[in-house]
Amino acid sequence: MAAGVAAWLPFARAAAIGWMPVANCPMPLAPTEKNKRQDELIILNVSGRRFQTWRTTLERYPDTLLGSTEKEFFFNEDTKEYFFDRDPEVFRCILNFYRTGKLHYPRYECISAYDEELAFYGILPEIIGDCCYEEYKDRKRENAERLMDDNDSENNQEGSMPSLSFRQTMWRAFENPHTSTLALVFYYVTGFFIAVSVITNVVETVPCGTVPGNKELPCGERYAVAFFCLDTACVMIFTVEYLLRLFAAPSRYRFIRSVMSIIDVVAIMPYYIGLVMTNNEDVSGAFVTLRVFRVFRIFKFSRHSQGLRILGYTLKSCASELGFLLFSLTMAIIIFATVMFYAEKGSSASKFTSIPASFWYTIVTMTTLGYGDMVPKTIAGKIFGSICSLSGVLVIALPVPVIVSNFSRIYHQNQRADKRRAQKKARLARIRVAKTGSSNAYLQSKRNGLLNEALELTGSTEDEQHMTKGTSLIESQHHHLLHCLEKTTGLSYLVDDPLLSVRTSTIKNHEFIDEQLFEQNCMESSMQNYPSSRSPSLSSHHGLTTSCCSRRNKKTTHLPNSSVPATRLRSMQELSTIHIQCSEQPSLTTSRSSLNMKSDDGLRPNCKTAQITTAIISIPTPPALTPEGESQPPPGSPGHSTNISSTTTSNIVKVSAL
Amino acid sequence: NPPAQTKKALKQRFLKLLPCCRPKSIPSLSESKCFFLPLYSVEDEFELSTVCHRPEGLEQLQEQTKFTRKELQVLYRGFKNECPSGIVNEENFKQIYSQFFPQGDSSTYATFLFNAFDTDHDGSVSFEDFVSGLSIILRGTIDDRLNWAFNLYDLNKDGCITKEEMLDIMKSIYDMMGKYTYPAMREEAPREHVENFFQKMDRNKDGVVTIEEFLESCQKDENIMRSMQLFDNVI
Repeated sequence: MAAGVAAWLPFARAAAIGWMPVANCPMPLAPTEKNKRQDELIILNVSGRRFQTWRTTLERYPDTLLGSTEKEFFFNEDTKEYFFDRDPEVFRCILNFYRTGKLHYPRYECISAYDEELAFYGILPEIIGDCCYEEYKDRKRENAERLMDDNDSENNQEGSMPSLSFRQTMWRAFENPHTSTLALVFYYVTGFFIAVSVITNVVETVPCGTVPGNKELPCGERYAVAFFCLDTACVMIFTVEYLLRLFAAPSRYRFIRSVMSIIDVVAIMPYYIGLVMTNNEDVSGAFVTLRVFRVFRIFKFSRHSQGLRILGYTLKSCASELGFLLFSLTMAIIIFATVMFYAEKGSSASKFTSIPASFWYTIVTMTTLGYGDMVPKTIAGKIFGSICSLSGVLVIALPVPVIVSNFSRIYHQNQRADKRRAQKKARLARIRVAKTGSSNAYLQSKRNGLLNEALELTGSTEDEQHMTKGTSLIESQHHHLLHCLEKTTGLSYLVDDPLLSVRTSTIKNHEFIDEQLFEQNCMESSMQNYPSSRSPSLSSHHGLTTSCCSRRNKKTTHLPNSSVPATRLRSMQELSTIHIQCSEQPSLTTSRSSLNMKSDDGLRPNCKTAQITTAIISIPTPPALTPEGESQPPPGSPGHSTNISSTTTSNIVKVSAL
Repeated sequence: NPPAQTKKALKQRFLKLLPCCRPKSIPSLSESKCFFLPLYSVEDEFELSTVCHRPEGLEQLQEQTKFTRKELQVLYRGFKNECPSGIVNEENFKQIYSQFFPQGDSSTYATFLFNAFDTDHDGSVSFEDFVSGLSIILRGTIDDRLNWAFNLYDLNKDGCITKEEMLDIMKSIYDMMGKYTYPAMREEAPREHVENFFQKMDRNKDGVVTIEEFLESCQKDENIMRSMQLFDNVI
């Protein structure tokens, strides 16, 4: 329940007295507080910095670590305080969340560190308040891009790729020339031929000496055959290239529609059309026009140059600014042309013969070109002419910075990605050197030791049937309130609708949920509390994901489905607390949680839940597993975690990582 | 979607600021008008000046109500957390109450509650109003509580409950349940419930229930008497 609202629960319950006289049926009994203690201050010691708060403040969010009994695991008997070995700076924000109900994201904080802390304390980042949410999402997106880049480059360097078909290899070769030598050769050859083609087009028109008859001929007509052969060769290369790309494209339809392929087609079409058409006098004019399209071959260079692509992309993304620029210019041109025309109407031999004729003057003046072929002669004309040139500067200067900044942003992003990729290899090499040594082995053995301990412990907790978990007092009181309402009206909430079920099923589910929570907490704490190294053991640690995904373990964190029964999953919907949160922040449920879940589907929820459910991962196969034997931990869950994330997307905001 | 949501959220937050800061006169006792810096310039339509209302001291409240010191402290902390300015207005009240009944529409009932708590009818509930209401409900005698309930039902405060008033109340209670109920709510359910109520309470069958009839009938009903004491240990 939200911060202040939990404090108003007593009021809401008291107000229920208004229903009593009209109720038809007797009311259910109120839940009693077993040990009604006065509200007390508790001390939270986070890495040495002591925070104090009321116990009830923390209990406002019973789904989080601090609000549930999970914090008992951190209770230090000697000092009578709760000790957390975590970052005190971030803890400040988290504690403020309990106090005010709003979670803020400090700008100076690293996004992944912050996410880790949130996951540790069991708080969903969707709760972040509006004030800080934009910033958080931006940083998150940047981080995700970085991760994706890194993944991509890792993918590219993977030696053991699953074997691609010939077609896929070819497509990869086309798209990324650095993958193989053949691709590189192809890349340079096509680039060379594009250059050759463009240059021949240009040289064709250069006058090339005279021919008897005193006529200056352009080279194209003098060496017609040579140029024709060159042109044919180029077009053949381009055609072959186009056909090969068409063959290799994963989606041919999409490829045909893409800009690059259209450019390719336009570049080679004139040649074929020219072949087909004979020297027919009527259409030779059109034929000449077609030759103009040959210049489009130069656009094929954009496959070779990233800068060109970025420029094209910028122009596309700034379409609205460009449109605005065009529109305002047109307005200004028309206005000034009209004014100039009427101003110059009086003067004799005026070049401003009509308004459209004045357009030319206006454009030339506004862009500060000033050719001088049309000049105003009257005084009024000169005055307006000067106003025109001044305003031209302004109108053009306005949208240009927007376009420039867009270009700059995209360009730098690309540069950053390239730089990162280049630096990464060197960094990894350095890290590898530093890591070789005893520390690495120590870590490995410690992890294996932890796993063994976990497996041992698993056996014992599985046997425990009796879980002493009760629902939080606030929840039971709230249930009682709603129960009273049901009794008053003689109606009852529908049990089947998962969002609305209130009654005993929730109590059962609650117990069920908490059972699991308790188990996990058991696991988690057991894994955390084991201090030093254990029996050194064999095994690869690749299945163990306790080092959470956010530390970017390798590919092998694709953990297949677990055998966790489906019923548990459904019971994970903590119903009553959920629908409170639902109404409290409706905008969140519709826009954020679903968006967030969708966008980060691959990355975040899996990681978060995986972190907590890693304990469960080892559980499904305990009986067969001996602690020493296979330290091949069975690949566990996150079909589980994905299920969780999918249930959480259904309009439910939970304040826990579960 | 997001732009609309954020605009709405912005508007709500703005409105939330607003009523707590109405420059109307604040009732009774020790009020102190604290004028913080006006957040907006005069050109804007609203001139915001936050007003603080501080309740009387703990001792006076202890005398006036039947709560202990500690209970008052807890109550005030919760109250102040949700309404930093010290008073609750109707909008705020409705919003707080609706968070307990997310699937229904509790605004009408919340309005009735508000009017019942707002004993001096000035449009806002201060901490004194709040705590005196709670004191009656939680610590008062059964007769006090019944009186309070009667006051709640008597919408126009004329001393008797008519069928229309009762129907309004009943509809608002049923509204709180929302649409998804089992069995599905019928249109006539509130009316039938009202008839039931009047049959039980209206002794002289004159179509209205007076306070005496109400008290008498309730005292005879075991269920009601028991349920009146249900919330004794709420605080």
